[in-house]
Amino acid sequence: MLANLAKKMFSKSLWVYHCNSGACNGCDIEILNVLTPYYDVERFGIKLVSSPRHADVMLISGAVTRATLPLVKRVYQAMPAPKLVFGIGSCTIGGNMWFDCYNVCGGAEKAVPVNYFVPGCPPRPEAIIYGVALALGLVDKKAAPIELKQMEFPIDIYERNKAWEERNVIYKLLDD
Amino acid sequence: MWLSSKIKQVLMALKPGVVTLKYPYEPHPVPPDFRGQPYWDHHKCVGCGGCAAHCPARTIMVRDLCQEVRVMLYDGSRCTYCGRCSDVCPEDAITMTDKFELATGDKRDVTQSMELFMATCKRCGRCYEHETVNAIDRMSLKGFRYDNLEMRAVIPVSTEHLDTALLEKTEKYKRPEKLGE
Repeated sequence: MLANLAKKMFSKSLWVYHCNSGACNGCDIEILNVLTPYYDVERFGIKLVSSPRHADVMLISGAVTRATLPLVKRVYQAMPAPKLVFGIGSCTIGGNMWFDCYNVCGGAEKAVPVNYFVPGCPPRPEAIIYGVALALGLVDKKAAPIELKQMEFPIDIYERNKAWEERNVIYKLLDD
Repeated sequence: MWLSSKIKQVLMALKPGVVTLKYPYEPHPVPPDFRGQPYWDHHKCVGCGGCAAHCPARTIMVRDLCQEVRVMLYDGSRCTYCGRCSDVCPEDAITMTDKFELATGDKRDVTQSMELFMATCKRCGRCYEHETVNAIDRMSLKGFRYDNLEMRAVIPVSTEHLDTALLEKTEKYKRPEKLGE
């Protein structure tokens, strides 16, 4: 439903507000890099605006720190209604190295609802463009969880052995 | 004179052509030695847990379900892509691939889990030697480990023999509350 809504509402152009919530400037520089002529994200109609009231999309970079937590929430409330939030960088997704830190939220998801994540530390400019193109429905999603197994092994073998020993009381009787 | 110089400028500007990448429609190769998403080879892995001990963001969790089965879980949502896991791996089971197109709507799309078969030594169970003096060596946890996979938490406890009481206790592990929760 969200993808359909995004396609309908944001088909023409996205106006982007860039919100730094305690990032190290790595992700911010990659976002600026995306706007340069080499990557030129304006061919999708994406434009950086300076006020959240003009924006459709908020790009959060950085683990939300204690100082920026109320400000991030206010920025999210100031944006007009059909809004998307992009988390840029590993800090926004899981908190990166500061996930257990005392004055860090451990991801932007705990402050505002995040619709799309772009992992990377910092992500390549191509990865950011890929994330935007994914939201616009231009490309397919490639990431998927991987589950690997060396061999099939019944984990409940111990419980079964224990139950078997409890059931076969004849050995106990023999010992007596 | 003015016009001719302008025409010259236009011709100079036309010479290099279009520099903009056609990225989402055409692939753009990564530079050499690029560190993308790490990949675990479950045929090579011996389950030493060295990657889990060296990960700066604590993305790799190790949990022993029983004597023989060890689950290793990589949570890419807070990965720094530093490549220390592939550097420290003694069997070269971890390689940094050139995958960077990881944008997703769901955090769980960047996780990798691996179930390993651990052979048991008849004499002593699992290799265990706990350092008590050196704080840095104490971080390389040997023996049986009980990290919580649901909460993505590394629990710095290891035992010589499989402790079922500790296994149940760590199953219900909860993070201490922080701001924003």
